[in-house]
Amino acid sequence: MSGLEQLYQQIILDHSKHPHGVGLEPGEVTSHQRNPVCGDEVTLALRWDAAGERVTEVAWEGSGCSISQASASLLATLAEESAAEGEAWRPEELRALIDEFREALRSRGSIALDEERFGDAAALSGVSRFVARVKCAMLAWVAAEDLLSRRAGV
Amino acid sequence: MTAAPLTSAEIEAIRAQFPILRREVNGHPLTYLDSAATAQKPGVVIDAESAFLRTANAAVNRGAHTLAGEATEAYEDARGTVARFLGVAENEVVFTSHATEALNLIASSLGTASLGRGAGSHADAAPLALREGDEIVVTELEHHANLIPWQELAARTGATLRYVPVLDDGSLDLEAAARIIGERTRLLAVTHVSNVTGAITPLDALVPLARAVGALVVLDACQSAPHLPLRPRELDVDLAVFSGHKLYGPTGIGVLYGRAELLDAMPPFLYGGSMITTVTMERAEYLPAPQRFEPGSPRLSQAVGLAAAIRFLEGVGLDRIAATEHELAAHLLGGLASVPGVRVLGGVDPAGRVALASIVVDGVHAHDAGQVLDEVGIAARVGHHCAQPLHRRLGATASLRLSAGVHTTVAELDRAIEAVASIRPFFGLDGGAAS
Repeated sequence: MSGLEQLYQQIILDHSKHPHGVGLEPGEVTSHQRNPVCGDEVTLALRWDAAGERVTEVAWEGSGCSISQASASLLATLAEESAAEGEAWRPEELRALIDEFREALRSRGSIALDEERFGDAAALSGVSRFVARVKCAMLAWVAAEDLLSRRAGV
Repeated sequence: MTAAPLTSAEIEAIRAQFPILRREVNGHPLTYLDSAATAQKPGVVIDAESAFLRTANAAVNRGAHTLAGEATEAYEDARGTVARFLGVAENEVVFTSHATEALNLIASSLGTASLGRGAGSHADAAPLALREGDEIVVTELEHHANLIPWQELAARTGATLRYVPVLDDGSLDLEAAARIIGERTRLLAVTHVSNVTGAITPLDALVPLARAVGALVVLDACQSAPHLPLRPRELDVDLAVFSGHKLYGPTGIGVLYGRAELLDAMPPFLYGGSMITTVTMERAEYLPAPQRFEPGSPRLSQAVGLAAAIRFLEGVGLDRIAATEHELAAHLLGGLASVPGVRVLGGVDPAGRVALASIVVDGVHAHDAGQVLDEVGIAARVGHHCAQPLHRRLGATASLRLSAGVHTTVAELDRAIEAVASIRPFFGLDGGAAS
């Protein structure tokens, strides 16, 4: 597989063309993240269960390159799958996942994302070899992190 | 008299002078088509900077030892080289850190004049002051560096910032310009060549409008200096800026040209050592230009490197570079026009363009498009190229820019056009080879 094919795996191309989790409610608490270099944008919301303890859904809207858009879509898919399995994320679980994601993406190819934990989002491992694209893949995850921090009052 | 384009053999000889062109990227020979962002450096520039640091480095304009004298001479010789390159006097050349700083210098200085502060006892800055009712005019083409300083100057002085709009084809609306530039206009700031479309600004239409109302004209020559002979006096502009690193010179150095009487009337931008005559605990007297605008330790090896870059370009001949560029522009635009699903910002007519093209690939974000080129060793810029308003005007958020340099060959452009044609098919969209 060429470097380019590792970056643009079919899962990523599919998610960028047919993104999941798109659509925000008016007035919803969101985090808007931008990549000023190329204009990628993601506005993202975390939706919580009635008790406000677990994330049941990730919703977003955005525009930009296929990596940034696919990454947001894959995060939304992962949230949906976790909730469907009765394992909706507690804030600290989502935070740990974001930290792990960031560590792998910044590893320049030395750490692969664990498919058990990241599901289809593990396809984003290939991005870590492309330093200039790490920020694109991080955009949605940084938005989620920002929402967690704001919620915790940090 | 029209100069002859460079021959293939001449271009090959030029290429041999750029060490970086020998390297490979992703297993392919580097095809460097990002000269508009920063130019590569010929060996003579790298050697000049290195030689200065190895043999002549010392603090300039202070101290009396031999090295200090040699370093000062090298620095002032660099100024002389720039002055000759522009066809202006040495005291009309100010070294800055980059073109952005040069533009900020002008805007900040006019802001200071507007506060009633002068340039020193021997000069009167009052005529430069801006106030409510005055207008600053820019264009919708501008790089952010030739826009934001004027936004700030307007906000600080109460003046109004207006702009000459761009038409759908990416050209300036000259009819609107004739309405916008008027009695209230105090300053016109305009780029010489667009860093997005590569179009050469019709200064012969714009500058007389400003002249007729006594407005100052500031020219951003960053994108023209590497491609066309640059003669601020013939262009009838008051101030002009360009950067060293786009001119095959080092980063960390830019040039401000200013008409001598004007520079002498302008208040300083940065204050400190090396720009004063007499200092008391209460006040200071300033040196005349250019020293008034060069406080602190100047950029020595960078100035020496820039002078080497200019001598390199003069050796090739700017008129011959311009003639070659014209051919490359026609080849590049013609090739891109034949690729399905590709839109060239500013259109594909090569008249009045340098060899630079920004494209939007239908259905593929610029960032993804650029990745396909990088895979085969082609360096091109993706993004908004610090010109968000122009991209917005032309209906794009980002584009992929291919920009040629003095070392660019037709074969390299063909490789790039072929790679552009492969972008849509790679992402599963209809494409096809360039016909």
